[in-house]
Formats: sequence, structure tokens, C-alpha cells
Amino acid sequence: MQISQLIKTIMLRMIKFFSILIMVIVLSFTLVSFSPVDPIQSYLGAEMMVVSETQKEQIAEYYGLHEPKLKQFFKWFSTFVQGDFGVSLLYRQDVLTVIKERFSPSFWLMSFSWTLSGVVGYVLGAIAGMNEGKMVDRVIKTYSFILASTPAFWIGILFLIIFSVWLGLFPIGLGAPVGMLKADVTWFDRLKHIVLPALTLSVVGGANIILHTRQKMIETLNSEFIRFARAKGEYGFTLFWRHGFRNTLLPAVSVHFATFGELFGGAVLVEQVFSYPGLGQALVQAGLHNDVPLLLGIVVFSTAFVFIGNLMADILYTVIDRRIKPGETV
Amino acid sequence: MMKEKRIVEKVKQSKTQPKSNRSIVVLKLVGLLSVFLAIIISGFVIGTDHIEANMSAKNLSPSLMHPFGTDWLGRDMFMRTLKGLNVSFQVGLLAAAASAVIAFLLAVFASLNKWFDHLVTMMIDLFLSVPHLVTLMLISFVLGGGLKGVVIGIALTHWPTLTRVIRAEIMQLKTAEYVHISRKLGKKRSWIVKRHYLPHVLPQLFVGFILLFPHAILHESAITFLGFGLSPEQPAIGIILAESMKYLTAGKWWLAFFPGLSLIFLVALFDAVGNNLRKFFNPN
Repeated sequence: MQISQLIKTIMLRMIKFFSILIMVIVLSFTLVSFSPVDPIQSYLGAEMMVVSETQKEQIAEYYGLHEPKLKQFFKWFSTFVQGDFGVSLLYRQDVLTVIKERFSPSFWLMSFSWTLSGVVGYVLGAIAGMNEGKMVDRVIKTYSFILASTPAFWIGILFLIIFSVWLGLFPIGLGAPVGMLKADVTWFDRLKHIVLPALTLSVVGGANIILHTRQKMIETLNSEFIRFARAKGEYGFTLFWRHGFRNTLLPAVSVHFATFGELFGGAVLVEQVFSYPGLGQALVQAGLHNDVPLLLGIVVFSTAFVFIGNLMADILYTVIDRRIKPGETV
Repeated sequence: MMKEKRIVEKVKQSKTQPKSNRSIVVLKLVGLLSVFLAIIISGFVIGTDHIEANMSAKNLSPSLMHPFGTDWLGRDMFMRTLKGLNVSFQVGLLAAAASAVIAFLLAVFASLNKWFDHLVTMMIDLFLSVPHLVTLMLISFVLGGGLKGVVIGIALTHWPTLTRVIRAEIMQLKTAEYVHISRKLGKKRSWIVKRHYLPHVLPQLFVGFILLFPHAILHESAITFLGFGLSPEQPAIGIILAESMKYLTAGKWWLAFFPGLSLIFLVALFDAVGNNLRKFFNPN
């Protein structure tokens, strides 16, 4: 029963995901095709002055630039669904290869900070919720409200000033030491370079989870069984461990999964601040240097990324939590 | 006798209490608004001559003369920040207002029939399934950046959540008795929208607008910071922060610290104004 329910949910979500993905693809292609960017110029780059008009004409002919937009789209789309995302103009490599290569540092960055902000955010939220209205609660609440209106990149800059420039504890940027062969870079080097970006990203991502956990904890503490537990003489950590924890952990994890979109956006900004060689930086470069194939590839990839987060959130909500019956929405 | 007296007292209390609460709210509102307006108006007043390059006062750290210090061209950072906040405010206002209008129009559109409703729900899902920042970059890329690209981009990415709320509200309104009666009386749809829907959802639109505003400002500075937004000549906060990155290792911390802090201050101030306005219009 449970398993079949799970499979059904996943299947339904997949169908919805693919229809949305197709819409994202169509919409972004349409948008990009209206952009004022000259495809020949972005293809040639600096060589624009050297190449003659006839050669340009031949390039246009070769890539089918004179064909109607609809035909262009179907041509592009049919190769796209086969997994050929085209060649990045900036990196002169397959888009998929670039994404694969660039995503792995981003993946470590995001998973570190996602886990960290989840754990710290949950603990802070739980403390605030258990002590509603007290000084601790007010401090934590103010902290997260201020965080919610703080730009991620500004925190990154502050961390750079404090930890790298003043204290000299961490390197200024990049993903590995300068002037080192890729093979010589040790795990410790990588770790040193990832700490500050991950810390920045996790601080920014914490506000949401803190406020949500706090709210959920207050709700839980107002229920009947808590009053009964209190009447039995439970308080403090025992009360939290036996009742509060069990009732707030799952919603918190679920909400945290639903923030993948924000996480991705935050990673783009943080990678830019720390010159961290991840997917976000590639996205910014692609946008600034008119690398349309890479731009479209990353847009589609980020959609899939957000979908996975939402799917996990949904599964946690509807299937694992048995109290929510099938078909019921939260 | 005693009981009566107590009741009279209670009535008096209940009459006076909201009043005193209300006057506190008004006082707060006036205070916050005056600070807020001071920041915004000073941004308009400051001319280009105040942020002109002054090579004799390069790279000064904060002092009484230059509270936020000066940059590598000797421009006063305090003036630049004020000017930048003004730009951010205008962009945020425009984009958040446009988002609210889009939300209302789409919600009304969804209320017309089942298919339109499906369409709008689908569009909401579509826009929520791509990270905001990525959509923003795509849109400003297509529009070639600049002020226009930023405003349109932010307006087009921030409507979904508000549309959801307004759509649910209008769906509920549709079944209300007075709307039924209006329809039976042969009133036109546009009349019902104007006379029934709009007045009802206006407070929610307003609250939604206030909640969207900080998002809009933060996204504006983010996208400008990344290089997609306003052009480098404009004194936007995002530009200031992006420029400050080059001078961080030289120890010029004030170039980044104060402008960013001011942006947070502006957002927090707007939040406080919004909260008190809400309390003022809807005391309960």
C-alpha cells in the first residue's frame, strides 16, 4: 500500500515535471530567439572583423539562420531531447560536459551549506519555539528577520573582509590554490576554499528554516498531548526529545527541500563573490557573453534541480508521514 | 452598584484602549515615514556634483566629513549610497507594483472559466519551477540588460505567489451571495470585477505589494551585482558593491560595508512602515 502510493505520487509528479520542462524549453527558446544578440557575432567573437561577408553568409547558411523560427526550433528541439545540448561558445565544449564539470564543485558547495543551514536552522528554530516570547526567542526571531532582508552577496563580501583579509584564515577565492596542477590539489586545499562560500550560503539559507521550525514548534506545543505531557511533569529537553522533535523534524526537512530554488540562486551569487568555479559562475559568464546554448542548458538543468527538491518535499509530506491520507493536501 | 461601575469601566477601557494603540501606531508611522521619505527625497535632491570625482580626497576611511568614506575616485560614498538607495527604491516600487497588477489581472482571468484557471495555475507552476534568479537573468539577457530589463524581469518573476493568494480569494468571492445577486440582476462581468472583486482584494494586493517590495529590491541589487542589471554609470547599490570587490584586498572595507548595511536598513524600514500601515487600516 505504502510503496504503491509512493510510486503513484512519483509517476504523477514526473508527468507534471516533463510537461513543465517542455514549457520551460519552449518559453526560453522563444525568449532567446527574440534577444538582440547577433548569433554570428557571438559565434565568431573577436574574429568578427577578420571573417568576410561571404563566409558569414556561409555560417548563417550552415546553421540554418535564415530558416523560419519554427523550423529552427524543431531542429534544435529534436537534438535537445536526444541529449545533445549543443556546443558552448564560451568554453568550446559540449554543453553537457561543461555542466557536468561545473556542477560537481557546485554540488559540494550546495550540499555542505544545505546540510549546515538545515541543522543549525532547525536547532535555532526549535530553541526559539520552545521558549516562545522569551529573550532567546526574540533574539533568534530578529536575527532571522534581518537575515531575510540581507543580500547574500553582501554577507559573502563581509566574510571575505573579516576572515580572509583581516584574519587571513581562508583564501580570497577560487576553488583551488593558484598555479597548481589539478592533480596536485589536495582535499585539504579544496576544503579550505569551500568553507567560506558554504558558510555564506548556509547563513543566508537559515532564515527560512528557523522561522518555519519555530512556527511549527509553537503549534505543536499548543496541542493536547503536550499539555498532558506537561501535567506528567515533563519539561525542557525531555519534552522536546519525546514530543517536539518527532513532530517538527519531518515538516522542517520537507520545507528545507522545497528551498532548492533559493539555494541555486544563492549559489550563483556566492560563486560570483568568491570566484568559485561552479555552475553558477558558468551561468553568469554564459549570460554576459551571449553563450546561448550553455544558457539554455543551465536553465533546463536548474529546473530539474528544483524539481528534485520539490519531489523530495512532496514525498516526505504525503507518503512517509502516514498521518496524511492519500489525496489530502497540506 | 459595584458591578455596574466595573462594567462601565470596562466599556470605557475598551473604548480608550484601541484609541491609544492607534495613536501609537500613527506616531510610529509618522516617524518611520519621515525617515523613509528623507532617504528617498535626499536621493532626488543630490545632484551629480555631489558625487563628482575629487582626486584630493581619494580612498579616505570614514570620518565626520565623509561618514561612509570615499572611493578610489574620491567620490563621497554617503552621497553615492543615498543616490543608490533612491534608484533601488524606484526600481523596487515599479517592479512590485507591476507584479501586483499582473497578479490581479491573472487572478481575474483565471476566474472567467475552468480552462483559463488551468492555464493560470500552469503558468504559476511554470514560473515557480525555475529558480528566480535564473529566470531574471534570462529575461534581462533577452532584453539586453539596463533599467528596462531589470524592472520587467522582476515584475515577471514575482507575481506567482501573490496570484495564488488572489486567485483563491476571488474563487471564494465568486460563490458569495451578493455576487450571485449581481449576476442575476444582469450586471456585466466588468462591473462585478470593478465593484465586487477589486474592493475586496485591494487590501490583500496592498499587503502583497509590501511583501514583494523587499524581494524586488534585493533581486535588483543581486542582478545588478552580477552585471545583468543597471549600467555601471548608475549609482545603484549592486554596482557599488560589485566595484568594491576590486578593492577588498586593499583593505577598503567601508566601500562594501556601509552601502550594504544601508540597503538592509531601507528594506527593514519599508517592512516596518508596511506593518504599521496594515495595523492602521486593519486594527484587529
